[in-house]
Amino acid sequence: MSVGMGRTRCLSGLLLLLAAAPLCAAPRSGSLAEPIGRVQPKIVKIYGAGGYHGLEAYQSGITISPEGHILTVFSYVLDSDEISVSLQDGRKFKARLLGADPRMDVAVLKIDAGELPAFDLQQAVEAEAGTRVLAFSNLFGVATGNEPVSVQQGTIAVRTELDARRGTFQTPYHGPVYVLDVTTNNPGAAGGALVDRQGRLLGMLGKELRNAQNSTWLNYAIPIAELRQSVSEIRAGKFVARDEGSKRDKPAKAASLAQWGVVLIPDILPRTPPYVDQVEAGSAADRAGLRADDLVMLVGDRLVQSCKALREALEYVDFEDQVKLTVLRRQELLEFTLQGAGGRGQKE
Amino acid sequence: MKFVMTTAVLPWLAIAPLFAPAVEVDRAVLDAESHRVAVVEKAKASVVAIFSADGGGGGSGVIVTRDGYVVTNFHVAQPCGAAMKCGLPDGRLYNAVIVGLDPTGDVGLIRILGREDFPAAPLGDSDLSRAGDWVFVMGNPFLLADDFQPTVTYGILSGVHRYQYPAGTLLEYTDCLQTDAAINPGNSGGPLFDDEGRVIGIVGRGSFEKRGRVSVDVGYAISINQVKNFMGHLRSGRIVDHATLGARVAFDEDQRVVVTDILEGCDAYRRGLRYGAEILRFGGRTIDSPNAFKNVLGIFPKGWQVPLSFRHSGQRHDVVVRLQGVHSEEELIEKASGEGLKPPGPKPKPTPRTPGDRPGEKRPGDKPPDMPGPNPDSEPRKSAGRATPMPAVVKKSYEARRGYANYFFNRENRERVWKAWTARTNPAGLEGTWRITAQLANQNPLWLELGPSSAELRTGNGQWKWSGQTEGEEVTSPPGSGGLLLALHLWRRLVVLGPEGFGEVYYEGTVPRRGHDALLESLVGLHAGVECRFLFDPRQGHLVHLEMSPDEEVDPCEIEFVDPCEVEGRWLPGRMRVRRGDEVFAELKLEKFQFAEASK
Repeated sequence: MSVGMGRTRCLSGLLLLLAAAPLCAAPRSGSLAEPIGRVQPKIVKIYGAGGYHGLEAYQSGITISPEGHILTVFSYVLDSDEISVSLQDGRKFKARLLGADPRMDVAVLKIDAGELPAFDLQQAVEAEAGTRVLAFSNLFGVATGNEPVSVQQGTIAVRTELDARRGTFQTPYHGPVYVLDVTTNNPGAAGGALVDRQGRLLGMLGKELRNAQNSTWLNYAIPIAELRQSVSEIRAGKFVARDEGSKRDKPAKAASLAQWGVVLIPDILPRTPPYVDQVEAGSAADRAGLRADDLVMLVGDRLVQSCKALREALEYVDFEDQVKLTVLRRQELLEFTLQGAGGRGQKE
Repeated sequence: MKFVMTTAVLPWLAIAPLFAPAVEVDRAVLDAESHRVAVVEKAKASVVAIFSADGGGGGSGVIVTRDGYVVTNFHVAQPCGAAMKCGLPDGRLYNAVIVGLDPTGDVGLIRILGREDFPAAPLGDSDLSRAGDWVFVMGNPFLLADDFQPTVTYGILSGVHRYQYPAGTLLEYTDCLQTDAAINPGNSGGPLFDDEGRVIGIVGRGSFEKRGRVSVDVGYAISINQVKNFMGHLRSGRIVDHATLGARVAFDEDQRVVVTDILEGCDAYRRGLRYGAEILRFGGRTIDSPNAFKNVLGIFPKGWQVPLSFRHSGQRHDVVVRLQGVHSEEELIEKASGEGLKPPGPKPKPTPRTPGDRPGEKRPGDKPPDMPGPNPDSEPRKSAGRATPMPAVVKKSYEARRGYANYFFNRENRERVWKAWTARTNPAGLEGTWRITAQLANQNPLWLELGPSSAELRTGNGQWKWSGQTEGEEVTSPPGSGGLLLALHLWRRLVVLGPEGFGEVYYEGTVPRRGHDALLESLVGLHAGVECRFLFDPRQGHLVHLEMSPDEEVDPCEIEFVDPCEVEGRWLPGRMRVRRGDEVFAELKLEKFQFAEASK
């Protein structure tokens, strides 16, 4: 009996070992869990304005510096004084909009954190059609708090120019994109990361884009190479809101919209978007081509997100200087140069 | 397989002329492909296309036992009513009957009839799943497989341990798996397989929005580990309930998960949980967010006992709590029915449609599939399929009863458990008074006398009596035991009268016992307003545990029967451990049983 028991014990010990083996082998064979585990902590959840009329109040972002710079898309979500960022370690931060380049639809946020896991944009790589990729984002706001963001796998179908389809896709961004064979660009996914199977950064997921002609949706990412310059310019102080810039002296007499014949919509909200309400017929603005319903995005290189910010930006422009306004008209960015009063700058 | 083959072959045909001469495909790629094809081919056999009896709706399912039990969604099974049709990849159409429903967790169990050797899918362990694991989904999207060949879609897990909010208290997806494998309407109820062909989830939900009700590569599956926990309950033929701790939790300002609300009558409160206590662990998992807490809560049925660790006033407590139900019986019946799983009468009235359903759109051959999402369109569709008469083979496996999905299975399981017990212990000759001589842990003697309507306990220190009342002090006698005498009386009552004579006795399903992993089979008896739960060892058939609660809001008296030994052809317990709440009341070594002749 005792012999038998001993044998049984031996056998069951062996069996246990055999049974335990597959459990201990951490990722399943061919599982992408390892690169995913490295990338996920570098993706953040961003919460801001929205939450009505089918506009989600959240999007995704990528940490691009250990000290808290976050790359994301420039959208209405960031049009808020209360932008918050959730990291995968569960910490939540109030974020500042450092700046945004509306021409590239890109924004950089800053949170006061240190030693964050982050991508180095200089290390981002390029990829060709056929490359197998992973897309990370907080689509549909599925993850909250410390929950890892969603990951999807697919292939780059083509690398192409988005502006080849101008008039079809309404977006200010017209440049190269990676088109993907997986539905990555869902609500809340914009600002997420596209990486290769090794976890190297390739691009940033763009906003949802619907083809106006056939109602299909585009799944795409903007190559990091296209964004690098804007990001470094924003980090260097360009495309920032006024209080982020260097302090300059105001001119004795500042420019005003009235001198060009531009009237904004009534400033009734804390952050009224600076839409043009009227352009006086025959005025300088009219001749330059500005129209009612244009949304002013930039005064020079200065980002303006409200009527108030626009007026403040003009306080730093001499009334005799020429100024460049960048406006959004039906999802197209247009630039207009307005001459200074008294004919300084180029004469008409 | 035709469909699968076609999709696999087409890309090759397209690519072949361009690359065939030059490209040498890596051996590993070819091996991976043939492995995948083999796994899919094997897995396919267990995938079921479910149709309502009138063919007007349906979804998918997966066979999990050889005798034909099929797991699907509540929102697929429920609209079908009592009888449905199941198409298998062997090309045959089978009759199937409803078994059990879990409206909260969106799980339905049905049984296909006619064979005892159905191809059952192996079940995996969804707790081992990680984001990035390769998975595939099989089922009947858009109900397009008229030949019952399932469609396969492939992808990875996009997230694990996801929490997806319910619609009210219905169709809550806790601790679920998220995948980018395409999940479309009609896939509902079908299996999510791991890359070895083990079922790790039951597909049932997707995030849909402005793009319409088609896959945007964001789908969710109920974890198979949750389904395993509920399987015993679902097999009971009941409408099963989910659990609540009786407490709500939220983050405090330091991101700790703390109790923000607690009911004083709940077991957690009796175990010492209080307002402001920090939840550390629950159900064997570390709790670091309210979602993590809700995920654990969602995977256990009502009544299960689950370990809980919390810190209160600087003190750590490790306890086992009994989870209470989310719904009252009435609420549950209402949730499970809409109109109810009424037996099909001779002329059933058409079912009223839900707001999410568009009447008048259905054309012959146009089968609107059905899947819930987070939008109002997601209400389970009510099939008008009850006009079809129930097939004879289904009738034999169906018994309508209020509160049950199918009482037939409850009766069958109750009889099975009782038969297994009586196979070892002949209850004949036990009708008279039982006299038991026992020894306490301190070796002092103790005597028990259990009569037809009374019970008595004597020790050297005193004696206690229960004389037939189900109210008043005697109910919980002797003091501190929670009602040992009444519990022993109910034990004797079940043994002597059997489930039929006891009062109302139903088969609850399978439940764990504190400190043990193995699941036990549970019969719940109601006698004069007192609820008593009898737990049986599913292998030996022994009665191993009894819980008696005269009042829901106090701790039950629990008796653990251990060391069964055979005495004169009957298996009787050698020892009894009596417990109430956290305290062991007594340990008894049973030395002698005497069964008196029944009085005339």
